[in-house]
Amino acid sequence: MKSLLTFLKGGVHPPEAKGQTASLPIERMPVPKELEIILGQHIGAPCTPTVNKRDEVVEGAMIGEVKKGLGVPLHAPVSGKIKDIGTSAHPMRVSAPSITITVDHEAAPVQYDKTDWTTMSAQELLAKVQEGGIVGIGGAGFPTHVKLSPPKDAKIDQLLLNGAECEPYITADHRQMLEHADEVVEGARIIMKILGVSECKIGIESNKPDAIDVMGKAAAAVSGAGCNIVVQPLEVKYPQGSEKQLIQAITGRKVPAMALPSAVGVVVQNVATASAIYDAVVYGKPLYEKVVTISGKGINKPANLLVKVGTKVSDIVDYLGGVKPELAKIIMGGPMMGFAVSSLDIPITKTTSSILFLTEDEIDATPHSDCIRCGWCLDACPMGLEPKEIAIHVEANKAEDTAQFGVFDCFECGSCAYICPAKRPLVQFVRLAKMKAKR
Amino acid sequence: MDPALIKIALGGMVLLGCIGLFFGIGLAIAAHKFAVEVNPIIEEVVHSLPLAQCGGCGYPGCEGYAIAVVNDPDVPPNLCFPGKEAVANRVAELTGKKMTAVEDQMAVVRCSRVEGRVSHKHEYIGFASCTAANLGFGGPSKCQYACIGLGECADVCPFDAIEMVENFPVVNPDKCVSCGQCVKACPKAIIELQTLKARVWVPCMTKALGKEVKNVCGVGCIGCKMCVKACPAGAVTYEGSLVKIDHKACIAYGPSCEEACVAKCPRDIFRNYDGRKVIARDVASGLKMAS
Repeated sequence: MKSLLTFLKGGVHPPEAKGQTASLPIERMPVPKELEIILGQHIGAPCTPTVNKRDEVVEGAMIGEVKKGLGVPLHAPVSGKIKDIGTSAHPMRVSAPSITITVDHEAAPVQYDKTDWTTMSAQELLAKVQEGGIVGIGGAGFPTHVKLSPPKDAKIDQLLLNGAECEPYITADHRQMLEHADEVVEGARIIMKILGVSECKIGIESNKPDAIDVMGKAAAAVSGAGCNIVVQPLEVKYPQGSEKQLIQAITGRKVPAMALPSAVGVVVQNVATASAIYDAVVYGKPLYEKVVTISGKGINKPANLLVKVGTKVSDIVDYLGGVKPELAKIIMGGPMMGFAVSSLDIPITKTTSSILFLTEDEIDATPHSDCIRCGWCLDACPMGLEPKEIAIHVEANKAEDTAQFGVFDCFECGSCAYICPAKRPLVQFVRLAKMKAKR
Repeated sequence: MDPALIKIALGGMVLLGCIGLFFGIGLAIAAHKFAVEVNPIIEEVVHSLPLAQCGGCGYPGCEGYAIAVVNDPDVPPNLCFPGKEAVANRVAELTGKKMTAVEDQMAVVRCSRVEGRVSHKHEYIGFASCTAANLGFGGPSKCQYACIGLGECADVCPFDAIEMVENFPVVNPDKCVSCGQCVKACPKAIIELQTLKARVWVPCMTKALGKEVKNVCGVGCIGCKMCVKACPAGAVTYEGSLVKIDHKACIAYGPSCEEACVAKCPRDIFRNYDGRKVIARDVASGLKMAS
């Protein structure tokens, strides 16, 4: 058998732990009484509200926009009344400005009509993507229309769809590919038209054979002259879902430090983003729903939930029958790159891919010790950095000098911290170093 | 011994001696010709400074300040805080500059987390540094303006003037020279340099209002502005959700107001201040101005 493709340097193999939710179909969660929509859900300037307190809104109506700079508009996930324009808890910042909507459960469901996208020009399609509030759902939240308008001098010849889903526990993209393969592939065709490319490769790790199979069939059905979509199975290795690593795994091209993928003629999109683009372009339905994996041994009923943006974690917990007493830590995002949260009042954003309820035996709270210079982190780092050096410098109050170790190339995948036998919180050291070196 | 060998040895010594002499003369001429003129005053100024290299003056080390104060007529002679008045006088004398009064200041931590019993929002596990803890959800306290208490200020203090008592920094007024290193280090920006002559102060830096403060802290400033109305000198203002005291105006007005601001504060967070005393705080007895 031909060996599977993967990136060359570093990487780790954390336990996959996807079994809890991999076989559970996507379930639509009933809309709670209230939603809190955070205004800054993408990279760039946060939205300014376009509605006022006590206004009535309908599902899909614009409630926030970015007038200047990088950003996408924000839409009402439900029909209802604006209760307040205030602040909400936020997983990374302490609090963030948000719009609270009281849901009108009596409102008639909004119908979206199907349109034929093939007759639209690339410009019109791009405008639809922007109007739909599409951002990179994979986690970064970068406005997609910007990513789909690469610099003029860049020659793009390939689109890559990211279905690697290398983080443990998360199965949201996996289920999306299984259940909505046609939408994902159709979304890919739309992106290909916008970019003017005829090649598309969908990278899926080999621990999802069913997704490789289903997506392969869906891709084969639409592939033809001038449109070549193929599924590329990949070796299971973390962090394969990172943009630069995925490009290297599939195309063998290496994106230079501090450069964008367009420098090597590639644009990468997440499979869930492709599906959202399909919805936005074909149905004119903006991005306000999200498949979120709720997993971990600490939750009574793990699930792949389709939730409205703005749903609070506490509502999800209530719906899934509460948490178990052994619960020790709640993480938003994957276990490798996610953030531990201290409150259940945090609302879901466009980029939330999972919420993990972990018990004592799933986390490791052993206090860290000094660096023993074993060098395992050097082997694990996919960017070829020296995490230990960065950490040692931070500990010695020399964080300002860490730029020489490429601290700004680190994308905080957590491979080093995972592998570290001294349990050192290396990613935290890196974040601190980045902050201090920037000053 | 073989005379031939002695000859070789002597020849070598003479040759090397000549080369040494040649380069020695060359170096002597070069040293004389390209000599860098050093202002002798700079050296004297350097020696009059405490040489703590604290950087409080804003220059890179004591020599950096000495060069600046001698060469730049706009640099005042009273920037060395650790040296206090004696050094400032000496520097003024050496540089011929006009001496202006040194304002004695001290670092104060404007937070009352310990007294206010601000509860924990989460348990922090990781690198024991305030900046690191602040990166994750704004620190472990429910009040996002509260002192994190991991002692980054104490670590950077070059004079060991900050001691951590019950995870809260206590500044020793005898040791603090107001160099300002702790002010720069604090990720919450709640350490300030305050004049020792100050009569009153507010040990709280919250920008939150009313209910939000009451929910998390027993003594935090709620922004009711009673103090602003009470001050007859107009020295207390409320800017950017923070109480600001114009200490100069306050001191100038004098004690005839009987600290109306302190009396009026409904939260007891407007406090009397005595710069020469240690501000020790603990949960049991609340704020106390011990000697």
